[in-house]
Amino acid sequence: MLRRAFLLLALAAPLGAHAQLSIEITGAGAQRIPIAIVPFPGEQALGASGGQTLSGIVRADLERSGQFRGLEVPPLSPAPTEASPVSYPEWKSRLADALVLGSVASRPDGRYEVRFRLFDVVKQAPLGGIAYTMSKEQIRATAHRIADFVYQKLTGERGVFSTRIAYVVKRGNRYELQIADADGVGAQTALASFEPIISPVWSPDGKRLAYVSFEAKKPVIYVHSIADGRRQVAANFKGSNSAPAWSPDGSKLAVTLSREGGSQLFLMNPDGSGLRRLTSSSAIDTEPRFSPDGQWIYFTSDRGGSPQIYRMPAGGGDPQRITFEGSYNVTPRISPDGKTLAYIARNEGKFQVALMDLSNRQVTILTDSDRDESPSFAPNGRMILHATVIGGRGVLSAVSVDGRVKQRLSATTPGDVREPAWGPFVD
Amino acid sequence: MRVILLSAIATLLVAGCATTSEEGQPGAPVEGAKPGAGKPGAVQSTPVTPVEAGKAGGGSPFAALKDPNSPLSKRSVYFDYDKFDVKDEYRPLVEAHAKFLRDNATAKMLLQGNADERGSREYNVGLGQRRADAVKKMLTLLGARESQVESVSLGEEKPSCSEHNEDCWAKNRRDDMLYNGEY
Repeated sequence: MLRRAFLLLALAAPLGAHAQLSIEITGAGAQRIPIAIVPFPGEQALGASGGQTLSGIVRADLERSGQFRGLEVPPLSPAPTEASPVSYPEWKSRLADALVLGSVASRPDGRYEVRFRLFDVVKQAPLGGIAYTMSKEQIRATAHRIADFVYQKLTGERGVFSTRIAYVVKRGNRYELQIADADGVGAQTALASFEPIISPVWSPDGKRLAYVSFEAKKPVIYVHSIADGRRQVAANFKGSNSAPAWSPDGSKLAVTLSREGGSQLFLMNPDGSGLRRLTSSSAIDTEPRFSPDGQWIYFTSDRGGSPQIYRMPAGGGDPQRITFEGSYNVTPRISPDGKTLAYIARNEGKFQVALMDLSNRQVTILTDSDRDESPSFAPNGRMILHATVIGGRGVLSAVSVDGRVKQRLSATTPGDVREPAWGPFVD
Repeated sequence: MRVILLSAIATLLVAGCATTSEEGQPGAPVEGAKPGAGKPGAVQSTPVTPVEAGKAGGGSPFAALKDPNSPLSKRSVYFDYDKFDVKDEYRPLVEAHAKFLRDNATAKMLLQGNADERGSREYNVGLGQRRADAVKKMLTLLGARESQVESVSLGEEKPSCSEHNEDCWAKNRRDDMLYNGEY
């Protein structure tokens, strides 16, 4: 009865209308591709989103990746479009290695047609383009798709500008599970509660989030469908239910349960059925994560006396220890290609993001902050989003896997941001 | 802080639904109508005595849980850093609660373990669970029924003290005991 009252209380609370994250770039790659993104003639008709035009959003996306440097382009007359003849020597003299030209035209149905073309100035060759039909509201989504196209053509890797991130904002005693674009814009509240929410994880198809909510005065795992807001209890066994992780095919959840005493790993269906125990130890076994090929489950365990990272076959079997340096290594996250392991290591009292090359077990510390938590790989494996504390405030930070590019995302209104989870690619 | 917590719970109970627990909570005695209530011209109506869930009326053994003079009103057990054993100073407290649970079969307890803020949130859920399990084990060894006590963990999520120093962390490495009607 009380539990129900609580839930209603949580859902009846107004959703954060001004929830927004601001982004700050604090480091860039060593070699950035100089790119000229000429404002698209006609884009004024789309207006601005977050103070940015369509071409401005494309440029901001590419610059934020740390791999591009947007060039200032003087006003050109006549303003070139994707259909204009390109004078490569002219763009070369402006020091551009790449060039994006485009246009926006209004259609009779009230929508807009956006066209663009990408050029390789060095090789003096067009690299293709796309035409989109869009409504005014889709300005950001369209710009992110253009940036993804440019990024992939010029780096050979898939861009993550169209992906989304989930995270928790705490303001006073109020917790909100929010979802925003990868640039922190367009935040929407999926769940508001007066009790803590931790450990959100995206289903592989990007349609659901599993997380732990304390609204029942104990940790309970929910699976939450984002589009319609329907949430189901996935695990509410006696004791604590926490640390959900999706299998790569989305058919199973690995979880930590205390129902049989201690904190042990179990495997179950996302609806809570088909429960099977994976570990049998007197230790804390928690924070499971599947390897992308589904073969292994990495997890944190203090079975050796201090919390360290282990892995075991996903079907069950003997765990092998993975981390050996230091006395506190937790929160394992495998890169999308399965080759590296990000985790949190404690070094001289500082909790920092560490990256291990799984082929030779070489470890690099990527951050210089001291209260890092919850690392989460971008789906292309380039950046790691994590929580940290700056000036007493919880913020999100992103660091490239080579440690060079750094960004910070903080709430524009007072509040702590934490528990980030980078969503999968969307088609 | 615990006082604040309990009064917050009481407030929520009132706000949520003021109902007595289904189990073992005898209704408070209904007071007789006050003199003057039936004076001529006044409409006679059945008096209503407000009852707050979790605050049983006099005579109920549950009253002791809220009586500041009873050891049962103490509900927190504190732990050393990275430690899970119940320190000697808390044994009488745990014994008192074990006896209460043994003597009152309808009483149920939610035992919430907590950890300080350092390190991984999920690993801290594990540490809090270990602390809750330790007190639960002691309670059951002293006569409480296994089914009466649910040990859970709030990890580092519900600190009673929010500063970032050892004094505060020591206050956050604790178990809280909640009885039915309080959660």
